[in-house]
Amino acid sequence: MVPISYHLILSGILFTIGVTGVLLRRNIIIIFMAIELMLNAVNLSFVALARHFGNMDGQIIVFFVMSVAAAEVAVGLAIILLVFRGRETVNADELNLMRW
Amino acid sequence: MDFVTFFALAIPLVVIAIMVIAHPSPVYSALFLVLTLFLLAVYFLFLDAHMVAALQIIVYAGAIMVLFLFVIMLLNLQSDTQPTPSRGLGRAAIIGGVILVAELGLLLQRSSSEQAESALPENFGTVEALGSQLFTTYLLPFEITGILLLVAVVGAVVLAKR
Repeated sequence: MVPISYHLILSGILFTIGVTGVLLRRNIIIIFMAIELMLNAVNLSFVALARHFGNMDGQIIVFFVMSVAAAEVAVGLAIILLVFRGRETVNADELNLMRW
Repeated sequence: MDFVTFFALAIPLVVIAIMVIAHPSPVYSALFLVLTLFLLAVYFLFLDAHMVAALQIIVYAGAIMVLFLFVIMLLNLQSDTQPTPSRGLGRAAIIGGVILVAELGLLLQRSSSEQAESALPENFGTVEALGSQLFTTYLLPFEITGILLLVAVVGAVVLAKR
């Protein structure tokens, strides 16, 4: 049997890959996908811990995370479409309208 | 889950996840992300989370990724012109990664003294068990999720019609 720490470490590695994507990529859609990757990494640790403690609550949290992610993607992609229509770019560096 | 299964899933997962953020073309990134989500669904199956694995494929690989691909193709994006920024973000990412790996190493070192796994209930992770919890203990959050999705749908339509 694989100890729980292996699952948590894999989850941490996937989360780090997501953070790296957000920091290094400038395409706003790929930044969005990296955020999805981070959400999934956290889901992984929730499921692993639910299995470890024999408690269903972790899996129910994963259910809620998924529905929030779906809502986030729907609104976020609508915003990206709107911004693209106005400014013809998806480069995060050029989208500085809300910068102070 | 034994060690062979773990590494057979974990190594492709990490490699494909890196491809998601490293590939210049957004379409390929989205397809690699679909692969990552499928592998995670298989991973969930091995962790006795049957319902979550099914939801992962239906909601993530089905709905969310179709939305992503739809938007990417609607915007008609070509390959990314400059994948890496020139500022200190790369350095920050490397430092953060090193710190995280150090912390994970510490965790692994301590894991030898961790407690054994608890015994699993009879129908752990099945649709029945998850559903009955969802409609009794977690009924209020469940209803609020419904309202959240409704607001998201209305918001997306309003934004896109503007």
